Amino acid sequence: MKFQGTDTYVATRDLTLAVNAAVALQRPLLIKGEPGTGKTLLAEEVARALGMPLFQWHIKSTTKAQQGLYEYDAVSRLRDSQLGDPRVEDISHYIVHGVLWQAFECDEPSVVLIDEIDKADIEFPNDLLRELDRMEFHCYELHRTIKAKHRPLIIITSNNEKELPDAFLRRCFFHYIKFPDKETMQRIVAVHFPVLKHELLKEALEVFFDLREVPGLKKKPSTSELIDWLKLLLAEDIPPEALRAKEAKDAIPPLHGALLKNEQDVHLFERIAFMARRKQP
Amino acid sequence: MLVDFFLHLKARQLPVSTNELLALLEALEARLVSASLDDFYLLSRTILVKDEALYDRFDRAFGEYFRGIEALPGFAPEVPEEWLELAARKHLSEADRLKLQKLSYEKIFEQLKERLAEQKERHSGGSKWIGTAGTSPYGHGGYNPEGVRIGGESVGNRTAIKVWDQREFRNLDDSVDLGIRNIKVALRRLRRFARKGAATELDLDGTIAGTARNGGWLDLHLRPERHNAVKVLLFLDIGGSMDDHIQACEELFSAARAEFKHLEHFYFHNCVYEGVWKDNRRRHGEKLSTWDVIHTYGPDYKLVFVGDASMSPYEIARPGGSVEHWNEEAGAVWLERLLATWPHAAWLNPLAEAHWGYTPSIQMIEQLLGKRMFPLTIDGLERAMRSLSK
Repeated sequence: MKFQGTDTYVATRDLTLAVNAAVALQRPLLIKGEPGTGKTLLAEEVARALGMPLFQWHIKSTTKAQQGLYEYDAVSRLRDSQLGDPRVEDISHYIVHGVLWQAFECDEPSVVLIDEIDKADIEFPNDLLRELDRMEFHCYELHRTIKAKHRPLIIITSNNEKELPDAFLRRCFFHYIKFPDKETMQRIVAVHFPVLKHELLKEALEVFFDLREVPGLKKKPSTSELIDWLKLLLAEDIPPEALRAKEAKDAIPPLHGALLKNEQDVHLFERIAFMARRKQP
Repeated sequence: MLVDFFLHLKARQLPVSTNELLALLEALEARLVSASLDDFYLLSRTILVKDEALYDRFDRAFGEYFRGIEALPGFAPEVPEEWLELAARKHLSEADRLKLQKLSYEKIFEQLKERLAEQKERHSGGSKWIGTAGTSPYGHGGYNPEGVRIGGESVGNRTAIKVWDQREFRNLDDSVDLGIRNIKVALRRLRRFARKGAATELDLDGTIAGTARNGGWLDLHLRPERHNAVKVLLFLDIGGSMDDHIQACEELFSAARAEFKHLEHFYFHNCVYEGVWKDNRRRHGEKLSTWDVIHTYGPDYKLVFVGDASMSPYEIARPGGSVEHWNEEAGAVWLERLLATWPHAAWLNPLAEAHWGYTPSIQMIEQLLGKRMFPLTIDGLERAMRSLSK
């Protein structure tokens, strides 16, 4: 059972190796990379390719590690006790299972996605050390230790907003999705737009990679932005010739709003385009 | 096995731990990769390196180790022969293998080992060295029917020596740079938690006590969540000699923005006088009186200046010394006023500490702040935060 990428997701050799290593050795896999390089998508595609159920845990700044295990709903229980509901006798009715509990109790091997772990408090990863290491945790209310039936494949993504603690990193495998080169990008685009005109793709990629080379951009356009832009180009039926007009009077690619998301970047780019135009005789 | 390699990485200051070495060995035992050195490189990087900033250092260390192989006791432990054999079987067609009998496996691998040891740099073309597109029996994309492919078949895959020689992650090494996340970690020292704001968390003890007191009727008690309660006033020097340090200041600013709930920032030029401003584009139109700032924020705020403090001494010491306008009172008077209002203060200086002694104005300001000037580096930030939280 090896992950090789799927019909909708192009995985490079190093990425598949990292995923397979994590699957074989049952370690969590930490994925980093520029925004828009398909980090979150990876978990979905791995789950699909390996035919395993996927449990997703999206982290926010207020997320606590405990929420991934379980939560004790004390207020409902107190309320029920007032109303004389017989359910109140059994505390397990008020234990709300978190993502990790569900995955641990799952009858088949599963994939757990812990998305954007860097959004949480700095202590968050430390609170999950034992859970990720031993794949078990103790539920105090039930006096019971929840142990994983099958060690799930845990995929963790990070956008580098916070530094993760060393003890946590030691337990993970790590892969940095680097920005795809032109060849890989062509494969990625081919997966998304099987009928794209070859001409248009060539020109679009040229413009795209040129744009990434512009110095001083705050946010370089990424794969997902390229895909969006291509969608727009197709929808508007822009001919490849329009993109080729690099030296001509309009050096700004059509629909560039899909590629540049930052006002300052657009200004910078327009300025550069203007200067380039003035240099023309 | 691989202990030398492990120690070599350690010596190159890669933070690798014994656990990770064991994981790598486990992975090798599980036959996760076949004989290629290229796969071994990817696998060891996945398992041993946990930060893309360290990829470059790892590439260099890996390159050094596998190039300087002749000095080490045997190449075999790194890429065992049976793997090479396995890979060769897998990649060679039946016809190729017949031809290959001319050249026994032993002989091929013997040569391969020798050449790996001899080879000093990455190689492309040619007929002897391991590399791309050559006619040597070793390497990838070559024409020799007896070739042993080093590296896989996939498009994105590069040959063994080449990948780490490219050092693609060169500019991510952060041993010199001061990144936003480092700044945040340093700023975290300032955290002080307090319960404030809307009550959203159930206070279980309070609820139980309240319910008991109520004769069994439910009495819910809520309490506010814990928040970082530190308040910070940030005064940023802008323009002139500070132009060289814009990047560092931007990073510091955005890190501080995310870290503190109560953060107020003001700009000044060279030294603080009677007016500061909040938006640098409208600095002349919308000047705030420094007195108003002093009266607005309580003494529990912590005061942080960011500036290179490089100016003419007159700008600090004399009335009318400012380069921009006529100031009635000297900069030093204003600085002292601010320091009297907010006794917890620090000055962060983007100039290297070693150069401070050569500029009189830096020494004057350092003195005014009672030696609480720190360089704008990770270490300096740590020291500043420690001094602020005293």
